[in-house]
Amino acid sequence: MSSSEKRNGRLVIHMVKRDTISRPKEWGIRLIAVALSLVVCAIVIYLITRQNPIEVYSGIINGAIGTSRRTWVTVRESVLLLLIAVGLVPAYRMRFWNIGAEGQILMGGAASAAVMIYLGDKMPAGASLILILVLSMIAGMIWGLIPAIFKARFNTNETLFTLMMNYTAMQLITYFIVYWENPKGSNTVGVINQATKAGWFPKVFGFQYFLNVLIVAVVTVLMTVYMRYTKQGYELAVVGESANTARYAGINVRKVIIRTMMISGAICGLAGAVIVSGASHTISTSTAGGRGFTAIIVAWMSKFNPVTMIIVSVFLVFMQQGSIQIATQFGLNENASDIITGILLFFLIGCEFFVNYSLEIYREGKEG
Amino acid sequence: MAQENAIELKNVTKRFGEKVLANDNISMTLKKGEILAILGENGSGKTTLMNMLSGIYFPDEGTIIVNGKEALIRSPRDAFDLKIGMIHQHFKLIDIMTAAQNIILGLEGSNRLDMKSVRASIKELTDRYGFDLDPGQKIYTMSVSQKQTVEIIKVLYRGADILILDEPTAVLTPQETEKLFDVLRNMRNAGKSIIIITHKLNEVLEISDRVSVLRKGRYIGTVETRDATAESLTEMMVGEKVTLNIDRTEPVNVRPCLEVKNLNVRSADKTRLVLSDINFTANTGEILGIAGISGNGQKELLEAIVRLQNLESGEILFYPEPGECVSLQNKKSEEVTSLGIRMAFVPEDRLGMGLVGSMDIIDNMMLRSYAEGKSAIFTDRRTPKELAQKVVDKLEVVTPGLGTPVRRLSGGNVQKVLVGREIASAPKVLLVAYPVRGLDINSSYAIYNLLGEQKERGCAVVCVGEDLDVLIDLCDRILVLAGGQISGIVDARTTTKEELGILMTGGKE
Repeated sequence: MSSSEKRNGRLVIHMVKRDTISRPKEWGIRLIAVALSLVVCAIVIYLITRQNPIEVYSGIINGAIGTSRRTWVTVRESVLLLLIAVGLVPAYRMRFWNIGAEGQILMGGAASAAVMIYLGDKMPAGASLILILVLSMIAGMIWGLIPAIFKARFNTNETLFTLMMNYTAMQLITYFIVYWENPKGSNTVGVINQATKAGWFPKVFGFQYFLNVLIVAVVTVLMTVYMRYTKQGYELAVVGESANTARYAGINVRKVIIRTMMISGAICGLAGAVIVSGASHTISTSTAGGRGFTAIIVAWMSKFNPVTMIIVSVFLVFMQQGSIQIATQFGLNENASDIITGILLFFLIGCEFFVNYSLEIYREGKEG
Repeated sequence: MAQENAIELKNVTKRFGEKVLANDNISMTLKKGEILAILGENGSGKTTLMNMLSGIYFPDEGTIIVNGKEALIRSPRDAFDLKIGMIHQHFKLIDIMTAAQNIILGLEGSNRLDMKSVRASIKELTDRYGFDLDPGQKIYTMSVSQKQTVEIIKVLYRGADILILDEPTAVLTPQETEKLFDVLRNMRNAGKSIIIITHKLNEVLEISDRVSVLRKGRYIGTVETRDATAESLTEMMVGEKVTLNIDRTEPVNVRPCLEVKNLNVRSADKTRLVLSDINFTANTGEILGIAGISGNGQKELLEAIVRLQNLESGEILFYPEPGECVSLQNKKSEEVTSLGIRMAFVPEDRLGMGLVGSMDIIDNMMLRSYAEGKSAIFTDRRTPKELAQKVVDKLEVVTPGLGTPVRRLSGGNVQKVLVGREIASAPKVLLVAYPVRGLDINSSYAIYNLLGEQKERGCAVVCVGEDLDVLIDLCDRILVLAGGQISGIVDARTTTKEELGILMTGGKE
């Protein structure tokens, strides 16, 4: 190797796929990514707003967990997002591209609103609550079942189908609002049963959202067990990997598609009840509020790992709630936080590259 | 100055992680205008070495010299600039595009796409080397061999002078292999330098000028092919003397086990019969071979028996014990399986059917048996785990652990898992298709012996194969399929390759 080549050599970067990576190293990379993203965010915040980034950060934290009420809202929204993500897990493990969670949530929400409006005062509180949960699951289930049947029978494209089902659900809600509007002419449903609180999730141990957390916790645990330890969970994973292999193994692929989407739809429908009955106590076309899409990010970013899903849900909601605070506190609009969330997500998703690949840097001309 | 060597490797080393030394200090050369075979068992580092030439991996140590100049190959693009082209085992083609579109894919050109001149230059290439290809044909309508042709022309079209073919014959029939070899010889005569990675000895002896042997990541040596024999090469490759004999025992307790009567099967698009008027009996204690050019109904026949194909008409009778008779034509696939009729079909892409790539060995063991077990809801992973351990131990599957996804195992080990699972169920009828597709010598003979054991155990073994020499040595009777019909059933002990060849092309005796 001549020295002139060495001097003139340019830097060569080569990507190498890692075979294995140790746990501490893996999480170290992610931690560095978060740290880096906060630095980049700080620079961006300063350049755009001329505000002190530290103050903006503390504003976000304050908005998310500054008071006990804010903390509970963050918890409520986090578990809700988690519930929807958990509902999407079986569908995505089966490689069924269910982007219809929005519609399934809306239908579940509509079912609970209907129970609250028509039966809320006529039934004991416990019974109406159970009816709300059951009917909302059935409503979501039907909304998941329709595309599944068409997929299983005619192999239609589920992505388009579930997407269109979202719009159908939205139009139905618009239609219901005409009947349910309160006060008349407002074109909104308003808070249902504000006086009697019939059909509302009750306070448990004095916590308003305890029931929300409990439902989500139970569903998450059940789903984890279902996916890991049951025959049905195994079947749907095989179908997702290869329908041919599944058929060869004697799995009834149609049945699995339909069954899985019923479960997925039912959980998303349940999420509708948790929103309408457990949080907002009203219904509108924006009741799902894009959560059905955000939950897709949660599920995939976590690679369907339940613990990671909790972390990701909390993180996303934390940023959302924080944004509302900094919007008022610093006179920024809420999009400022979207920028921050975007930068954080960019680093977090981007760092997965470094988890999977290592970079080797050479100087061209240098041996090895 | 004329350079004699197309490629020189000097002390090339490649590690994966801390533990795996894939290539250890390898030095070898490829001369201009020769066909060099690189021979080695599974996991001996053949593919890794070639991937460094094609820019997929980068060596940890050592130098690569191309045409007398030291080269730094950082990416496939660098490799192309050095006129090195690699044809991988797994094709990288876009199904819905035509051959010509795939060939120019990713190439820069003028703004106006002139398909006519592209087609003309493809035609010029195919004529020069003797390929058989219609540039306008869509990939998804092509056979594996045609797809491979597209891959080769893709590389030639980019002006490659050095071609590397990774296990090109693993997916080809004997006839297609012959055709490929003719083309390779034409290319060599036109001055191209060719490296062919393989572990099939007869092919090495037939096609190559020199052979370089690798074993466990180390370079063992290079010999002139004309000085080599199958035995000497095997010894270099395995490191010890190996006897290449299949132990064929005389069938005992022969009685009919599976009878197929007047079977007709229509193709998926309903346009034609893929199997017509099939009649045969498979006996216990016997291996029935099925020979034929690929795509002549072998797959459909096995699938019909395990009821993965809809039958047009016909009967399939199963005699589990003497005197008992079960008809399978109205049964579902899972019912057939539970009767003890097992199929191990190794598809062309190995993983497509029978195994789930992202799952580990234990979960793959469960694939056929998960529905059994005490609980109606929960899976039982203990029994499959024991089974997995047994298969790994008995068949010497090389894997980091039972929890490794099977996709990460090498081809031979994947197949051992698949065949091992089907055999472990102690089947009454064992249907295997291409069980040694792409396997090295030791693994192949391990599988042949397993089939022999099953036969001695009293199982009726049906084996679809492509290597006629092996079928003749392994089987008791050989059924030949041609155009979806049986063109003959012969005694394997007295038949010849020539006779089978005539039957395979449909000629009746």
